[in-house]
Amino acid sequence: MSDKRPVNLDLGTFKHPLVSVISISHRISGVVLFVGLVFLFNLFDMSLEGELGFASAQTLLLEHSLAQFVTWGLLTALGFHFSAGMKHLVMDFGHGEELESANNAAKFVIVSTVVLAILAGVWVW
Amino acid sequence: MVTTITSYGRSGLADWLVQRVSAVILAVYSIFMVVYLLLNPQVDFAQWQTLFNGTSMRIFSLMALLSLGAHCWIGLWSISTDYLKHFAVRFAFQMLVGLLMFIYTIWGVQLLWGL
Repeated sequence: MSDKRPVNLDLGTFKHPLVSVISISHRISGVVLFVGLVFLFNLFDMSLEGELGFASAQTLLLEHSLAQFVTWGLLTALGFHFSAGMKHLVMDFGHGEELESANNAAKFVIVSTVVLAILAGVWVW
Repeated sequence: MVTTITSYGRSGLADWLVQRVSAVILAVYSIFMVVYLLLNPQVDFAQWQTLFNGTSMRIFSLMALLSLGAHCWIGLWSISTDYLKHFAVRFAFQMLVGLLMFIYTIWGVQLLWGL
């Protein structure tokens, strides 16, 4: 690789506005969901295995508190990733790119995530 | 122009588009699954199996599965090129992601067609 490529700035020394916090969280939630795939695939595998597997997957989601917490965490991560992704798609069409509208869009992502997290909690528990 | 050999579509523009198309497919699939489970809280095994047995659901699920593989690859590839400075570490990470997505794709196909 050419050494003329620009060097990344030190992110740790930045003051992060809301939009950049949303941006890095979008990445983090993506990684969380990727790691969570192992749980989801196992659960899905179990549920299609047969009557017994389906019943144990159900028991896991209804009675096992760690599995419930993981499920809630993944639903919340999905809710955030989804909301921030929608913001991305809207911005691709040229909306929400000004300082004020971008800030409002970032706030909307936070509100939407909180609502979805609460709804996911009601659903899981 | 910066050329990379480990990007998904060999061009940034292709990756950009694939990332968005796969995002929309995954979003629609996620909404479908959540709404289905909300509308059928008493779903039993027979109903669950019938759902995934149908051709349209298999097509929809396979579409989501392939989108998942591409979406994860492009997303994690972007992250690795931004934060993993050491070539060997970055390459090892990318190969691990690729291997895992390959495994998930085959596993998913087997689940959908093994019914």
